[in-house]
Amino acid sequence: MEALRKKIPLTLPQNTVKIIRIIAALLLLALVIVRAIDVAAESQFGADTWLRLSVSGLIIGGMYALIAIGYTLVYGILFMINFAHGEVMMIGTFGGYFVFEAFNAIQVTAADGSQMSFLNANPVIAVFLAFLAGMTIAALSGYFLEKIAYRPLRGAPRLVPLISAIGASIFLQNAGQLLFGPQRRQYINPVVLDRGIGWHVELAGSTVVLTYTGIFSLVLSAILMVGLYVLVQRTKLGRAMRAVAQDKKTAALMGINVDQIISRTFVISGALAGAAGVMWGIHNGLFNYFVGFLPGIKAFTAAVLGGIGNIPGAMLGGMFLGIVESLGPAVLGIDFQLKDVIAFSILILVLIFRPSGILGEALSEEKV
Amino acid sequence: MMLEVENLNVHYGAIHALKGVTFHLQEGEIVALIGANGAGKSTTLNTISRLNKPTAGDIRYRGASIVETPPQDIVTKGIVQVPEGRRIFPKMSVVENLEMGAYIFSDRQRIEADIEMVFGKFPRLRERRKQLGGTLSGGEQQMLAIARGLMARPQLLLLDEPSMGLAPIIVEQIFDIIREINQQGTSILLVEQNAQMALSIADRGYVFETGKIVLEGDAGDLLEDPMVKEAYLGGG
Ligand SMILES: Nc1ncnc2c1ncn2[C@@H]1O[C@H](COP(=O)(O)OP(=O)(O)OP(=O)(O)O)[C@@H](O)[C@H]1O
Ligand SMILES: [Mg+2]
Repeated sequence: MEALRKKIPLTLPQNTVKIIRIIAALLLLALVIVRAIDVAAESQFGADTWLRLSVSGLIIGGMYALIAIGYTLVYGILFMINFAHGEVMMIGTFGGYFVFEAFNAIQVTAADGSQMSFLNANPVIAVFLAFLAGMTIAALSGYFLEKIAYRPLRGAPRLVPLISAIGASIFLQNAGQLLFGPQRRQYINPVVLDRGIGWHVELAGSTVVLTYTGIFSLVLSAILMVGLYVLVQRTKLGRAMRAVAQDKKTAALMGINVDQIISRTFVISGALAGAAGVMWGIHNGLFNYFVGFLPGIKAFTAAVLGGIGNIPGAMLGGMFLGIVESLGPAVLGIDFQLKDVIAFSILILVLIFRPSGILGEALSEEKV
Repeated sequence: MMLEVENLNVHYGAIHALKGVTFHLQEGEIVALIGANGAGKSTTLNTISRLNKPTAGDIRYRGASIVETPPQDIVTKGIVQVPEGRRIFPKMSVVENLEMGAYIFSDRQRIEADIEMVFGKFPRLRERRKQLGGTLSGGEQQMLAIARGLMARPQLLLLDEPSMGLAPIIVEQIFDIIREINQQGTSILLVEQNAQMALSIADRGYVFETGKIVLEGDAGDLLEDPMVKEAYLGGG
């Protein structure tokens, strides 16, 4: 058998594969550049459009980044892709929505004697509670997801929890549809956070609106990312998470409760996805049970792009993907509806050419 | 009695790794477990640390059974294992590795004082305090592994092959430190392939063979035993 294998080269030599890959990558790059120059020569878009697209890319990118962190944290610790993570975000979106909904229904008398909803009378409290609710319920979903769908499969071959994850994802989507219906709902924001209003920036003779919802989301994403980074690098919980990610057996010998740390990792990942879910609702408005699907896959792309398992990588990957899919159609002169195609092309290209991602190290089996 | 292991049986799936192992350790002793590859020495330590569950038998620590105690509570009870192959956290610095060893404590001042204490024992580590664990030499990693174990303030230290892959001069140093740790009041269960070294510092020893204890006695007697000489001391 061995001898037979040696005689028939089933695969090309490693070097040839590498060279073919590099040539293909260069050709692709050249194609993109030529196309971009072509489009730029037509100068279809002004500086205002570029600014608008960049900002909206950053905003969406921040949300991708928050979700991508969850993929990366879970992968880092369990070496599995939590494909139900997008649904955890969806649950967060609903959590925030119902808080706004409830507060909108409560009428209060304002200081000047007029009647208004609690939502508009106390927007800061309402937004705070919407995030609190969205993050909490998403965190709980993450917690139970791990307990029910993944923990019993610990130690099974790696494909098994992956299938369970896909099953959990479909289950949660269907549960969402059953509970809340298939119809699209609209986030009812407090008036001060109305979609579309914002700061006006004059650029090249036209006006760009930096929406309050967008800038708010971007700032909150940044705060949460810094918070997470500090948690992982500086706190005892963070150190335990890193220890469990590096070596579970030894972590247990240090007195770390490994199962508890895994649970907490899912809770943290869920909370961040929940925050992204509420932002999604506040910023984009329309959503239904399916809202987590695309952001979920794109955040997964972002995590792979940044090197799965690598936290700063997930953050950068998310921001990068947001910007690329926002600017991409304009740069390439294609329809804006094709932005999803750009995101998925990137996923495929990264998987082919650099599966370890931009910041990632080569995946080692020893960690498993 | 500090530690009593009684009729311990462990299975890995169909593999019967421990077939009724019985031994004990008195407060203050160094007890050596020796035997060839695959004899079940690491399995014994891992079962005491509760990384494995026994299929039969009992482990008592100071009279109380600990077979149902989860691994993190074994550590808080004072039983600390320095695992085979050192298992340093490669992406953490020397100091962070030591802090991991003190995970069960939260008193910062005490942890700082303990770090100073182990740096006193292993001056080499002080020089490399900021260096990543993965970039240390084998000897340094073993020192760090023992130092990290000490950070948990063990009453019973389980050492799994501390001499593995190290130059004789480093092995000497490490065994000196093990003896010193013992003299300062820590009981030690020492697993070794290097039977000569292990028995030279141990009070008593047990010889493992394919999941069973085949010989036991005072370390001095074992060193003289013809069978031990034949099998583990290079024919003597
Ligand atoms: N995780 C595991 N899964 C399956 N079998 C195992 C596992 N760990 C150990 N074994 C088997 O159990 C037996 C005892 O192994 P153990 O590691 O305890 O031996 P050891 O005495 O420590 O050997 P060494 O001196 O080589 O470290 C061996 O046959 C080994 O193959
Ligand atoms: Mg061993």
